[in-house]
Amino acid sequence: MSTRHDTAAPPVKEGGAAPGHRPSGTVSDEAAKKRARLSRRWQRDMRWSPYAFVSPFFLLFAAFGLFPLIYTGWASLHQVELTAPTDMSWVGLRNYTRIFDDDFFWNAARNTLTIGVISTVPQLLMAMGLAHLLNYKLRGSMFYRVAMLAPYATSIAAASLVFVLLFGRDYGMINWALGFVGIDNIDWQNDHWASQFAVSTIVIWRWTGYNALIYLAAMQAIPQDLYESAALDGANRWQQFLHVTLPSLRPTILFTVVVSTIGASQLFGEPLLFDANKGASGGSQHQFQTLGLYLYEQGWVNQHLGRASAIAWTMFLILIVIGLVNYVISRRLRASSSSD
Amino acid sequence: MTTTLTKPPADPVPEKSKRTRGPKSARAGGQMHAGPVAYVILVLFTLGSLFPLVWSAIAASRDNQRLAETPPPFWFGSNLIKNLDLAWNDANLGEAFLNTTIVAGVSAGTIVFLSTIAGFAFAKLKFKGRGAAMLVVVGTMMVPPQLSVIPLYMMVAELDWADQLQAVILPSLVSAFGVFFMRQYLLQALPNEIIEAARVDGASSWRVVWHVVFPTARPAMAVLGMLMFVQTWNDFLWPFLVLTQHGNPTVQVAVAGLGRGYTPDQSLIMAGALLGTLPLLLVFAIFGKQIVGGIMQGAVKG
Repeated sequence: MSTRHDTAAPPVKEGGAAPGHRPSGTVSDEAAKKRARLSRRWQRDMRWSPYAFVSPFFLLFAAFGLFPLIYTGWASLHQVELTAPTDMSWVGLRNYTRIFDDDFFWNAARNTLTIGVISTVPQLLMAMGLAHLLNYKLRGSMFYRVAMLAPYATSIAAASLVFVLLFGRDYGMINWALGFVGIDNIDWQNDHWASQFAVSTIVIWRWTGYNALIYLAAMQAIPQDLYESAALDGANRWQQFLHVTLPSLRPTILFTVVVSTIGASQLFGEPLLFDANKGASGGSQHQFQTLGLYLYEQGWVNQHLGRASAIAWTMFLILIVIGLVNYVISRRLRASSSSD
Repeated sequence: MTTTLTKPPADPVPEKSKRTRGPKSARAGGQMHAGPVAYVILVLFTLGSLFPLVWSAIAASRDNQRLAETPPPFWFGSNLIKNLDLAWNDANLGEAFLNTTIVAGVSAGTIVFLSTIAGFAFAKLKFKGRGAAMLVVVGTMMVPPQLSVIPLYMMVAELDWADQLQAVILPSLVSAFGVFFMRQYLLQALPNEIIEAARVDGASSWRVVWHVVFPTARPAMAVLGMLMFVQTWNDFLWPFLVLTQHGNPTVQVAVAGLGRGYTPDQSLIMAGALLGTLPLLLVFAIFGKQIVGGIMQGAVKG
């Protein structure tokens, strides 16, 4: 594949277009000049092409990730209306005091937290159990893995619409099934906890299989002799799980917790579509309005982009705090495990 | 006498666990075999994963009236084609499919290309600031893109890009995960000797990428492409914000629109949801094994 090319094309990123293959060195003094030129070109290539290769990502990230994130903070200090998004007038911290005085902000923060817990904790526990089962020698193991990933392929919109129907108060299948165990029809859309549980169910359904695969991958990377020596020490299966599997999975667990926490903090589509007619208010009593929905309501329904920016920036700060807490916990865990 | 004496001590394994699997013998072959309980639980979870999808097809094959009766339908009716047709036209799904295919295709293709060259640089090339830059990449994976929607919306307004596909495509091109994924793959899949051999032959960095990196990375690129295609196909918030004014929707925006209105036709909504999901389910049915492998591969080192 790598034949000798005296006229190595310069990297596109710096020298413009690569020239076509010229017939290689015919005159000897020209060849010497060419060699000198080539070696200069070679050095330039070695030195700069790594930057050329990584720069597209960083440019895109700067334009569509970093800049908007910082600019959100700037916009949060201004009054900006949706109808004229480029018209900004300085208001200092007023957007923040307004949202902190708003009961609906605290309501949304509470809902985000409770829905986050209801959706993340069972999801990760079930994923762990499933991964444990998938780690056995199974007939048709690939079938289970692909089937459990099918919800991941289903969009938020489609999944939410299906679950709205399944959770229907009068004709939904879930209430129908619950009727057999003597539970009266539950108003999944309007009851506070029932609605939060239902919204969480959509999240759990979509992500459990995905997380199970991630745990499974980590489990398969655990060296078999760890189990063997544990078995020799007389550890039963449960003890092996506790003392070999769980410690080895610690970084993976932390990773999934962080990712799920971030996802939960951003929850938007599921609650928006769970009661499509209430839309951004997240139910008749705002009972499942998340911070993501509250942001959308302030910015696009009430048309206060400045206030919405303040909400976004607040969510960002919350995430940083969560990240720091996670970091501290993981360091503690690492320290305690190395001192064992 | 002999039988009664020898029997009990020879069997230290309690009856219960013996039934499922004998630990000793199974260990020898590596993983243990699953018992019937494991199969039952797995089958139940599989059913739970697939049931909402199958049921959306059942509901889509009925009519609105039948969905307002108990017990709910458990088998297919005769309206599937009619409802699919209606949903297709009502929600303007033809255009939506075209739009989403363009958006997801361009995004996935660009992300794969840029992630591969960046991942190669991070995995195999030495340059100043590499460690710090890689930290930035990992850090950006933790920042949810949803927090940036307001300035992006202002940019779109400034550029007059509302309802245009580039407004959806450009922000979706940032994928730290892709860079990380390709770096991890190339670290172990691409031996340094091959790169050095190509260098000795006088190949420039770009040539190395073209003739060595791309061929080596092809399986990972395919998986990353599928993952990114799925992700962009299912993207909701941002397209929902910029593509709603005059109707140039992606599939998700169009499907979500079906749910609104005070007397929504549920069977029609289900038909729309089904149509919006079907292409991806087909991709999963065909490439499921590779996608599963890719997710697991990305996870171990993640």
